[in-house]
Parts: sequence; structure tokens; C-alpha cells
Amino acid sequence: MRMSRSPLLPLLAAVFGLAAPAAAQEKPVLTVYTYDSFAAEWGPGPKIEAAFEETCACDLNFVGLADGVAILNRLRLEGATSPADLALGMTTDMVPEMKASGLFAPSGVDVSKTVVPGNFRDDTFVPFDYSYLAVMVDTQSGAAVPTSFDDLVNGDPSQKIAIQDPRSSTPGLGLMLWMKAVYGDEAAAKWKQLSNRILTVTPGWSESYNLFTKGEVPLVLSYTTSEAYHVIEEGTDRYKAAAFAEGQYVQVEVAGRLTGSKNPELAARFLAFILTPEFQNVIPTTNWAYPVIADAAPLPEAFAALPKVEKPLAIDPETVAANREAWTAEWLAAIGR
Amino acid sequence: MAGGDRALSPAGTVRRGAAGGAEARDRHVRLGLGLAASLLLAGLLGGAFLVLLLTSDAVPDPLAVLADPYLRAVTGFTLLQAGLSALLSVAGGVPLGLALHRTRFAGRALVLRLLLLPQVLPVLVGALGIVAVWGFNGLVSDALAALGLARINVYGLAGILLAHAFFNLPLVARMVVGALDGVPAERWKLAGQLGLGRLATFRIVEAPALRAVLPGAFGLVFMLCATSFTLVLVLGGGPAASTLQVAIYKALSLDFAAGNAVALCLVQVSLTALVLLALSRLPGREAGGFTLGAAPRRYDRPSRLASAADTAVLFLGLLFVGAPFAAILLGGLGSDLGPLLANPAVHRATLTSLVVGLCAASLAVLLSLALLAAGRERPGSAFEIGPSLVLVVPPVVVGAGWFLVLRQVTDVYAAAPYVVVATNAAMSVPFVTRIVGPALAAAHAGQDRLARSLGLFGLARWRLVDWPAARRPLTLAFAFAFALSLGDLGAIALFGSPDFQTLPFLLYQRLGSYRSTDGEGLALLLGVVCLALMLLAERGAAPSVRRPLA
Repeated sequence: MRMSRSPLLPLLAAVFGLAAPAAAQEKPVLTVYTYDSFAAEWGPGPKIEAAFEETCACDLNFVGLADGVAILNRLRLEGATSPADLALGMTTDMVPEMKASGLFAPSGVDVSKTVVPGNFRDDTFVPFDYSYLAVMVDTQSGAAVPTSFDDLVNGDPSQKIAIQDPRSSTPGLGLMLWMKAVYGDEAAAKWKQLSNRILTVTPGWSESYNLFTKGEVPLVLSYTTSEAYHVIEEGTDRYKAAAFAEGQYVQVEVAGRLTGSKNPELAARFLAFILTPEFQNVIPTTNWAYPVIADAAPLPEAFAALPKVEKPLAIDPETVAANREAWTAEWLAAIGR
Repeated sequence: MAGGDRALSPAGTVRRGAAGGAEARDRHVRLGLGLAASLLLAGLLGGAFLVLLLTSDAVPDPLAVLADPYLRAVTGFTLLQAGLSALLSVAGGVPLGLALHRTRFAGRALVLRLLLLPQVLPVLVGALGIVAVWGFNGLVSDALAALGLARINVYGLAGILLAHAFFNLPLVARMVVGALDGVPAERWKLAGQLGLGRLATFRIVEAPALRAVLPGAFGLVFMLCATSFTLVLVLGGGPAASTLQVAIYKALSLDFAAGNAVALCLVQVSLTALVLLALSRLPGREAGGFTLGAAPRRYDRPSRLASAADTAVLFLGLLFVGAPFAAILLGGLGSDLGPLLANPAVHRATLTSLVVGLCAASLAVLLSLALLAAGRERPGSAFEIGPSLVLVVPPVVVGAGWFLVLRQVTDVYAAAPYVVVATNAAMSVPFVTRIVGPALAAAHAGQDRLARSLGLFGLARWRLVDWPAARRPLTLAFAFAFALSLGDLGAIALFGSPDFQTLPFLLYQRLGSYRSTDGEGLALLLGVVCLALMLLAERGAAPSVRRPLA
């Protein structure tokens, strides 16, 4: 019993010291919460960081979280103490909820020239790319490519799909809304049916896409543009995006700056930077999504072969905000047992 | 257990000395220390909920809780998977234990040591090994596909059961070997002289020993699986196969639904308390935990068929336990280890893990020693039962409670290191007391009178009597607590952030990340650190832990 507790305290302090972000730096640090595939070394993060740091005399720091919805959850938990200046990677579906949270400050960016499906316009959130949700199929697995939602729901239950949790992930939330847009009140019953085909529900897009590319699962919820990634980066047409007769759900991704930011002007400059070609031209072949400005560089050839989306589907964000909790509970009850 | 010092104890020469005052002071100090440790533990485990119950409106209506279909489904699944996992572990562990006891071969001690490994292997690392062996693209699936059969879907109940069996079947096997080792040598001799056949030996000698240990073994595994978090999180595959632990974590980290989380925590704690209560009524000695199973001689001569069957069971059992280890090793070596080892994030996580582990293990040992010191003064009191109660409140529940309380007063993520250290320390206390307790008790029983007659009290007594006896088990307990903390994901899951990452947290994140094989490399790193730690400590502790022949 002679040991004293005191030697532990410096050790703990050492951890704290390590844990605390380096404070005494000359350049201001701009912290951006995003999803992990955006911040990853092969994602758009490093290129955008390099381009912005050339002009800003600052240190841009992307922090990758599980997925888009998790960003909002995290900001809510941290409240006013959040170290983040900006958040990037939520979707327009979440905008009313985000505005009601009071966490975000007006962007000060003119978004009137942006080109996105549904003509999203907002004074707080800046759209940075858009894409269409799609089920990706590994054609070497022997799984049939579904041509409609009914096809997917009624398909061979031994051919599994990996999806994402709508409580943490934007494509997961998108799928929930997509089902609602297609099936309305029947959505819960269809989820129950689909649950026979669900291999796993992951917190973010990366985990499920990882399972898909590793061959653990033949179908995954992703985007039509994922097909272009495999063609351009891997030179293979093994993976196909399934075009659904009912139409594809649109996902417009947005960024916003936080009221608690210690660098509000720098944050506003970053939001403006989003709508420049330096940012936008990085998007198609790193984030594998469509740019939102008219004068972006032409898209690579592989994009032309992607499924044409004739019927972009979306649910009015106000309706989403009013029903998200109830719909999530309905989803949970339908796919849990 | 007290080493060779026992000769020092001259029974009968003890006189009540004039040391009464020192003795009373000694007792007060012990009780004081025990009380302080108990309060600290109780505060850590229950304090957060007390604050929540008193201050917030997050307290759910019990009737509404019981009526919620999702919660009922989660509770049902928790019990179902725990029951099946325990059945599977016992059904596999008993034949393996029997075969291990019946067969004598050169590497037997090594095999017993291998069976100890899953207990100290970080759960997340084990899960990775399980997927590599049993996953859709795993070895077994490949073999099945080559035979034209369907591949295995490891996500969901099947994967959870497989993984729980991997971790707990060896535990049961060791308990069985321990129980059989406890059978008096005369019985084996008699069975040999009477020429009892295999069945008769089983019925007359082995079965009674098993009957004494199996209910406890089943209960222990049930308890461990009912509070399983990491495996279910990784292998469960979403809401359809979710335990209470995972549901608590998701309610907080995804929904941020404080009321739901508190309701789930209350259900979890009531459930584990009931299981522990039932467990305490079951017969069953705590054998096989850390002994190396000194071999009593058996005189039965198994037929060729019987020994072939034993060999087959041994082979299958070792394959089942060993294959995931091999997969982790191969997968890790096949990944890009160089850049991974040079990665600053990995360095930071390793350092954080080591510091958190050291602090947690030190705190656990201090708390345990204080409880043991007080327990000696008041046998059978709360000081002795207290450590087991820790098991009622699993790390995720402790974390969830403090998460909810702390966020009302401070930045949760700034307090994270303290909460994680304290939670990891608390969860090690039951194991530390169990490893160190017997050695201290033996030292007390053997030398208490001598020590008192010599007027040895306080620190002097600790230095001369308790420390020599407890040193080796303490080393082992410290290493075990260290390894437990190194591998823990439950406490860090809620509190981890980009600024505070341990190795398991980093591993959990990297596992999912797309286009990265870092997971395998990190798993190997973490697994090697934990196993090396335990093997070193076990080697150091072996002489005092190895039981002499009965």
C-alpha cells in the first residue's frame, strides 16, 4: 500500500498534453468536420487542403467522422464547446433541422449560380456536390442487377446487401427517404421484406463499401457515380450501378460554418472557396459526385455511361424534419425483430 | 502459495503482545482504506446514474419501457444469444477439456497456455480473426465453395455465437481440466485398479467432478455474453441482432436519445444483477482460471478407438481456437506494416493506450489491495462481495452514465481520459482481487500469528509478510488489468475522439475504412502487445501460481 497515486497524475497530464490540439501556432487552424472518406488520403480532402492553404495563410484541418448524419450528432453533443469551425458533408434533407439547432451561422456566400437538382437555395448552407443514390452490384458474384425497388425487395434473399444506418449516415438516411418516397405508408412492410436481404447495417458508407469491395457482400447502397470510380481508377466494369424504374433519390451535400467558430471570417472564405473551380474540379474523381457550378471542367468519359436519372426523387426537407424521428423509429422496428 | 517462508511459522509460541494499540490502528487503517476504495468504486459505477435520476427528466417511465417493442426485442436477443453462446461453449468445452485431461502428450502445457490466450486477446482483434476464418471470403467459406456448397454468412447471430464460442469455449475447457485435476489421486488409482472402462470412468469419476463445475461455467459464460459489446457491434450486423450494450451505445452516439439510453441501462443492470444473483447460488468452484493444470496421474488405458477420438477432439478444438490466431498473424504480416508503424496517428494511439493501460492497471491494483485489506478484517462483508458487483455494471453503461452527466457541466471529450482510465480500472478489479486474494489469504493464514507476536503492523507487515506472498500474483494481476485496458473498446467507444484515441478505437475506425488494410496490421500490433505482456507476466508468476500436486 505504499504506492502513491501521485505518479499517475503527470502521466495523465501527458496524455492530455498529447490530446490537446497544438495551440501555440502562428497560423490559425481551421477545423472542418466531415465524413471519413472525404478526409481520407485518397479522398478530396488533401487536394482541397493544399489548394486552400495556398491562399489562406492558415492550417486547414479535416476531421473525418463516421458519416454525414454523425457530423450533426457530434456537433449537438459538443454544443458550444465544439472545436469545429465548419461542417461539410450533411445533406439538404437535414437543413431545417440544422437551422433549428442554432449551431450554424449564415454563410455570406452567393449561391444563386449553383446548379443542383431541385434548385436548392439557402443563406446558411452552401451545396458542394450532388449525386444519386443507387444500389451497386458486383456482377461477378452472380447476383442479378435489380431494375426496380420491387426487384430489390423481392430479390433472392441469399444475395445480400449492405446498407447504412440512417441515424449516422447520409446515404442510409437517403435510402430511408427513398423508400418513403416510393412506397409511402407501405414503407415499413417493404423494409420488413428487404430485411431478409440485409447482410449488415453499418454506421457509415465506408464500412459497407469496404465489405462490398472485399467481396463480403454482392450488393451495397452507394451512388450511381461509384460505377465511374471502378472504371477510371481500377479499369474494371465488374461493378454496376442499378437504375431503378421508380427513379433515384437525389443527395445534395452541403457545408456550413458554425456560430461557435473562432475564425468566422476564415470560415466564410472557405465556404466561398467551395464554389470555385479549384474545389469543384477535384470533386468528380475524388469524391465521385457531380460538381455544382456551371463552369466546372468537363466530366471524364466514364460519367457519360452512368445510368441516366430521368426521375430524380426527393422529399421536401420540411417534411423530412417533421417526420425523421418517427420514420427512424418505424425503420428500427421494421428491420429489428 | 507463500513460498518457502512457511517454515518460519512456529505455531504455539504466539503470545498476545502489548501491540494492541498498533493492532487497533492497523485495523482502522485497513477498514478506512477499504471504505475509501468501496466509495470510489460505488461512486464511479453508480454515481452518474444517481445524479441523472436526481437532476434530469431523462428518467423513463418503467411501464413505457417495458411496453416498447424495440427494447423488448433487444432484451430478448441479448438473452437468446447469451444462452446459446453459453450452451455452445459448454458443449464444445467439455469434450475438449475431457480429451485434454485424458491425453498425455509433450506439448500439453503449451496447449493449456494457448487456451488461456483468447481471454487476454483484445476482443476486436479476435473478431477480425473470426471473420478471416469464418467470413464470406474466409477459409471455411472458400472450402465450402470449392465443394460447391454455400458460403457462410458470418454477420448476425451465427457470427456472434462463433465469436463467443471462440472466446469462451477455451475458458470452459480450462475449468473442466481444473475440475478433473481436483479429483483425488486415489480415485484415478482405484479406477485403474478396477479396470473401469471409458464410460464407467466417466460416470463414476469424471461426471461428478463436472457436475460441480458446469453450472458455474455455464453461468459465467452466460454472464460474459449477456454483457458482450464489441463482438456484437462488429459482427451483429445492425439493429436486427443488437444486444442491450450495443443499443445503449447507438442510442447515445447515433440518436442522442438520453431517455432511451437510461432506460436501456436500467434494463441491462437489472438483468445482469439477476444473472449474478442466480450465479452466486450455483455450485461451482473457480478452478482453471490461471493454473497451469498440474497433471495428476491417470491409470486408465483407453482403447485405440477411444484415444483416436480424443486426438480428433483435441485436433478440432485446437484448430478452432488456433485458426483465428494464425489468420491474424498472416493477415497482419500481409498488410503494409512499414508505413503503418511509421504513422504518427498509430504512435499517438499506442502511447495513449500504454499510458491509459498503466494508469488503469495501477488504479485497479490499488483499489483491489484496499478492498482485500479491509475484507480480511470483515470476512463476508461488502468488501469481499463488492468486486463481483462491478460485473453488474458493464463499461458501456458506466460510460453512458458519465457521458450524460458530464456533458451538462463540461466538455465531455476533455474529461474522456479520466473516465476511460477509471472505467477500465473498475472493470479489472474483480479479476485482480480474484488473482491476488488467495495469495494474500494464504499469507495471512500462515503467518498472521507470527506477525502479530512479532509486533509487525502497517507498512512493515506489508513489506515483510504480504508483499513477498503477493508479489508474483500482483505482477500477473497488473499485467492482466493492463491487457484488459489495452484491449477495451467499451469505455472508449463513447469517449473517443480524433484527439483521444486508443489502439482499439483506432482499429475500430480503420476496420471500416474503405481502401485500407491498416486494420489487419493494427490488429496484429495490438494482439502481439497484449499476448506478450500476459506471457511475460505469466512466466514471472508461474512458480507461485502453479498448484502443487494434491
